[in-house]
Amino acid sequence: MRHDHLITSKQLSRADIETVLDRAAEIDADPSIVGDRHADALLGLLFFEPSTRTKMSFETAMKRLGGDVVDMGSVESSSVKKGETLADTVRVIEGYADALVLRHPKQGAATMACEFVDVPLLNAGDGAGHHPTQTLLDLYTIRENAGLDDLTIGIMGDLKYGRTVHSLAYALTNFDARQHFISPESLQLPREVVYDLHQREGARIREHESLDEILPSLDVLYVTRIQRERFPDENEYQKVAGEYQIDAATLDAASDDLTVMHPLPRVDEIAPDVDETDHAAYFEQAHNGVPVRMALLDLLLRNARGETDD
Amino acid sequence: MTDRDDNSDTVDDHKLRVSKIQDGTVIDHVRAGQALNVLAILGIDGSEGEEVSIGMNVPSDRLARKDIVKVEGRELSQDEVDVLSLIAPDASINIVRDYDVIEKHRVERPDVVTGVLSCPNSGCITTGDEPVTSRFDVLDDGVRCGYCGRIVRDDIPSLIES
Ligand SMILES: [Zn+2]
Repeated sequence: MRHDHLITSKQLSRADIETVLDRAAEIDADPSIVGDRHADALLGLLFFEPSTRTKMSFETAMKRLGGDVVDMGSVESSSVKKGETLADTVRVIEGYADALVLRHPKQGAATMACEFVDVPLLNAGDGAGHHPTQTLLDLYTIRENAGLDDLTIGIMGDLKYGRTVHSLAYALTNFDARQHFISPESLQLPREVVYDLHQREGARIREHESLDEILPSLDVLYVTRIQRERFPDENEYQKVAGEYQIDAATLDAASDDLTVMHPLPRVDEIAPDVDETDHAAYFEQAHNGVPVRMALLDLLLRNARGETDD
Repeated sequence: MTDRDDNSDTVDDHKLRVSKIQDGTVIDHVRAGQALNVLAILGIDGSEGEEVSIGMNVPSDRLARKDIVKVEGRELSQDEVDVLSLIAPDASINIVRDYDVIEKHRVERPDVVTGVLSCPNSGCITTGDEPVTSRFDVLDDGVRCGYCGRIVRDDIPSLIES
């Protein structure tokens, strides 16, 4: 992987993805292979909106690489509150850290921030924009459970606002994947994303309003949450949300090999009785965040030091 | 022929009511209604003392109706000409010296325009107070913010930074 930063999943080729996933698999199998290689390294955590999970996952990954983290803390207690620009913040923290992780409410924040720093910068979510490290752990989980080629995947729920969905869809165009998008009409993929997907060679996408027709053919069902606040009235929400919830009985119609994923946290879109089935892969998916982020950090930090892959 | 290929205006009533210029640039074949946007995108508001003439809804063979903009005393750079293509894709540019057209070119669409358009997405990092210059990729049928990815197909002139 020759990138200096990780900003969007669009920048990732199939070879890049495979490099990260292969490395993650090696680390997963034997964490000692990274040893104390990054014992002196510090990772700067810049979370301009709360995300305990993603932050802890990066923190764990860095510590397991032998390094440590410096944390900007909450926005309320930082200089950001006083009106400092993001451009200034990243330039200051760059002086402390060997790599930066940025979560920011504005789209394009990471794209802009990386223009101001030389250390590797990883986008951990920019508003409704991108979340590429989530995509990599999703791909890792898919590869472990179903394989990434000759894949039929259903992506269901709020496809309009879900950056994880958009990121994943772009990345999957690198593989032989048939993507079925299942959502209420009001939460379909943004037309811009559909446009983009059609621009990419290898995109095979279809949109559906109901899971029923497509469920039996799926290898993977990726569920996302439909948020109450997207609907002006509660009744509208109840009507829509109910149709995009699954439980163990729903999955009777699915293939025995179906893998069910979710970026978590879930609310009620996946009933707890699914957890007990062989389909459930969402906790495994969350755990995969650590080896995948270890692999990424290892690659980017070594890149930045001018070291080549083993 | 109502279109003129040079800087000479005619006395015909239907033809240009815009005077010839001595030195400067004639932007011809601007889509009707876009003349003021052409000036906006070029940052020309007359405050520098430039003499500017505009013809609007002039009959044209090629466009039926067209606008024409003449800027005395200023030769457009290639960058400026490229940016014009976003709103005046059919435009032809005539550089005039001493009343003669010495250079003539059509606009070409650039791959990227920077510092010209502002992003309409209020959730975009470029709309805050960051020290960042806007950047748009030019698509076949619109422009796309280089930061947030928003695609704009219609009403690109409304994005012109003031
Ligand atoms: Zn933008």
